Amino acid sequence: MPHSVSPDTGSSGDHDLPDANPQSSHSTPTIRAGESPEEAEKSSTALEDMFDDDDDDLDDLSSSMAASQEPQSVQAISGAQSARFSDPEIMRAFYQRLFPFRYLFQWLNHSPSPSTDFGHREFAFTLPNDAYLRYQSFPSSDLLRKQCIQMLPSRFEVGPVYSTNPRDRKTLRKSSAFRPLNKELVFDIDMTDYDEIRTCCTGANICHRCWAFITMAIKVIDTALREDFGFKHILWVYSGRRGAHAWVCDKRARELDDSKRRAVAGYLELLKGGDSSGKKVNLKRPLHPHIERSLRILRNHFSDILETQDPWLEDDRAAHLLSLLPDRDLVAALRKRWDSAPGRRSGSKWADIDALAEARVSEHLDSKALLEAKIDIVLEYTYPRLDAEVSKKLNHLLKSPFCVHPGTGRVCVPIDVQKVEEFDPLEVPTVTQLLDDIDQWDHDKMDGVDGEGTGEKKIQDWEKTRLKPYVEQFRNFVSELLKDERAIKRERDDADPMEF
Amino acid sequence: MIRQDFNRIDAKRRSNLDPKKKQFAQPAFQHHDYQHRLNFYVLPPTAEITLEEFEEWAINRLKVLSELESCTFRNRTPDETASYMAPILSKYLALHSNSSRSSMLQEERKQDHYSHFILRLAFSSTEDLRRRFSRLESMLFRLRWKEDDARERREFVDSLDLRWEKVGDEEKRELASELAAVTYKTRQSDDDGWFKVEWEQVPELVESRRVLLKRGVAYVPAREQMSLVMAEFTRRLDAAMELTARALPRLDEDDRLTPILKHLSASFISPASTYDSNSALPGTLQPHANNIPQLAQHFPACMGQLQTRLARDHHLKHFARLQYTLFLKGIGLSLQDCIVFWRRSFSLMTDEKFEKEYKYNIRHVYGDVGGDSNRRGKGYSAYSCQKILTEPLPSAGQAHGCPYRTFSIDNLLESLRSMGVHDREVLKTIREDVGRQRYHIACNRVFEYQHKAELDGKPGQEIPGLKETIVHPNDYFKKSFLLKHWGDKEVREGADAGGPLKMEE
Repeated sequence: MPHSVSPDTGSSGDHDLPDANPQSSHSTPTIRAGESPEEAEKSSTALEDMFDDDDDDLDDLSSSMAASQEPQSVQAISGAQSARFSDPEIMRAFYQRLFPFRYLFQWLNHSPSPSTDFGHREFAFTLPNDAYLRYQSFPSSDLLRKQCIQMLPSRFEVGPVYSTNPRDRKTLRKSSAFRPLNKELVFDIDMTDYDEIRTCCTGANICHRCWAFITMAIKVIDTALREDFGFKHILWVYSGRRGAHAWVCDKRARELDDSKRRAVAGYLELLKGGDSSGKKVNLKRPLHPHIERSLRILRNHFSDILETQDPWLEDDRAAHLLSLLPDRDLVAALRKRWDSAPGRRSGSKWADIDALAEARVSEHLDSKALLEAKIDIVLEYTYPRLDAEVSKKLNHLLKSPFCVHPGTGRVCVPIDVQKVEEFDPLEVPTVTQLLDDIDQWDHDKMDGVDGEGTGEKKIQDWEKTRLKPYVEQFRNFVSELLKDERAIKRERDDADPMEF
Repeated sequence: MIRQDFNRIDAKRRSNLDPKKKQFAQPAFQHHDYQHRLNFYVLPPTAEITLEEFEEWAINRLKVLSELESCTFRNRTPDETASYMAPILSKYLALHSNSSRSSMLQEERKQDHYSHFILRLAFSSTEDLRRRFSRLESMLFRLRWKEDDARERREFVDSLDLRWEKVGDEEKRELASELAAVTYKTRQSDDDGWFKVEWEQVPELVESRRVLLKRGVAYVPAREQMSLVMAEFTRRLDAAMELTARALPRLDEDDRLTPILKHLSASFISPASTYDSNSALPGTLQPHANNIPQLAQHFPACMGQLQTRLARDHHLKHFARLQYTLFLKGIGLSLQDCIVFWRRSFSLMTDEKFEKEYKYNIRHVYGDVGGDSNRRGKGYSAYSCQKILTEPLPSAGQAHGCPYRTFSIDNLLESLRSMGVHDREVLKTIREDVGRQRYHIACNRVFEYQHKAELDGKPGQEIPGLKETIVHPNDYFKKSFLLKHWGDKEVREGADAGGPLKMEE
């Protein structure tokens, strides 16, 4: 095993946290917190047995996966790999050496010295046995890290800041003294909501073609949040498999109550009605400036969607398209044409609408109504589909950035919204790749320098891997946020007449 | 050396500090002068009133509020509500405008003012009552606002001193096209006034996109002013109620007022939209995991369509599951049977996934797990029509809600036909009902059509409450079930014993 619990080179995992107690990390470099030496011994001797077990798990897992996602798409991660990602040794090495706890702390704490913003924040752990542990809280990033290494959660979620420490909630005399105060405004875009319009994959699978939906959604939501609501600090994070999360971290956003969160979600939500409601986009004209602008963004993507997704290839899907069009004669003419040419591409079908309308198949065609219907269709097939419930509640938990997705092994890395087009979910590093990167780097270093250069500034483990650009991006985001927080604080202090 | 003399009073204050005089002095409050018809109820009343007045005024206002609430239960439109409420208001809580020159003006306004504060005391004790009171008071305020004279309304708003920034002409011109789009007008007319506020002040308007947003600032058209004022009214009232609740314990010693207040809040009962979930069907007809599909013929459309979808997709999303599970719980399906039912219905799912992701929710609904209050309260109670109709519309992929409201009309008629409603006349009136948003009327029409034979026939006439409008899906089921099985002796006896038909009024 290349990634053992105790890296035998001098560059052990602890130094990526400068504020960690140096003594403990140097004197006992081979034993991690919460693990006795005997246990460590056992775990290394029992490696063989453990892998036998894993093989059994693996069979179960792959069969259950096959049951839930019938057609295996090209990119589906095979069962063998996915069992490896939740391997405790790998998770331990990941939390120990790679997870950027320090920046996570700064991000949630909003100031360099520990405050209640971090200390009263709820974390929820999903343990390897799928137990779910809520109301965890930590005074500092070290303690969070320590518990992660101890419990090896397959992922953990971030919740709101409470009025008191979540761990003390049961000791309070009045339950009303324990209530959520603030949390980032969050959004969740999930591919499952697109299942009725995407044709390339279903369920948990994604490919480049359907990722285009997420890219469009990020653009539209991000623009609206910035231009309309005036938010500045928006962190987009890949959810590890088939979606993206947004964390709006501005102070103003964090302090919104439920009704205001609902208002933002409602403002951004466009597609209404369940599956039986027929037409999902019903808008008054002229369009609201937000819709108008979103349409400008989305229009360019619409033809791509027609090309790559071919959403109306099948008859029943084409029938849905017809049900959205206004004129009865036009619809009949279209149906006739498409029935006679099975397998006609969606792009051609879309062009047919205008062609037939101009050929005057219908006597009293309302061209304005047709145009409006067409715009509604563009919106139905491109406008972001939010999982709005996530955004509406102050106390909703959301998976932390930089967690490992247990199914794919991919790290939930931030997405640079400036270069959202370039983001490729299938290129996101998996936890095993990252650990290989470290080994590779150490290996190269050994060969090249032969033990020299140890006196220089120590290089942290994440810098040795392809996680580096993502962590740096997160670091920059956090430092921008902190800069603004400091400004707000200074303003408040200046306004205070007690201060001279 | 400075000699300190604590008995010495500052020369300027001396004159008004005669303790002997102070002790027996009447507390002097500024006399309330009611300039405007509308009132934000900022200052509490200070004058003395008799106990009789105290009770009478409170009861009058309470009558008005409960009538108002029943209007929402009956889904009356704002116009219908206004016309229905007009005589009630003039009888119990008349408020004339300044222009009417009524001699009773001040007296009426005083009554309005005092009764509001009395009810505030009565309804501040629990969260539930507070929310209801604030909702109804806001409705009442809205009603009065609408019928108020435009000029007097403006004077009232000016007196409130709300900090709204007016949008200047230049800015208006710059944003002309966008502003016009917000009001759904093709052209911006110059005399339209606009306000600028932080968007957090007008969440309702933001949610429905009725304002223009620019970098966190909401541009509100002047005619949405009502919504701004309403938001402010509700906000202040909620805050004040919170304070009242905290001050309430100090009132405990007053043995004249406390009984009156207790009585007032106790008589503010909710109308018949509650449902007794304990009532199960008798013995052999008890629902269990296997007979739900057979019972589904008695389900109202909102539940029937869920069963249809469940059978088709072998899955339902969260809110649909919640709505359906609560209904099943309401018709008397036991927790064990309910879990078996869902496990079987989700036939494509592995046991492990079901155990992990779904079972807990079902148990939570039944109050088997969860926090102390959830367990003690035996979980949640079944959704009424009111609840289902006021929830946000389902989004893509979701199936919950009332089909009369969420389905497109063609899909609705299609599914009604599959329920056996073929009569053209009936379908036509249903189409009209739905068009006028009278969803529960449409639902009741379907019920009447389906049970025409039984309703006209002799047996079953003695079912209590049969002629009343159905406002709860479980009520629908029970009536439907009893009508079909009235011949069954066991059922009849169960009903007579107050079993299945015991309704909380």
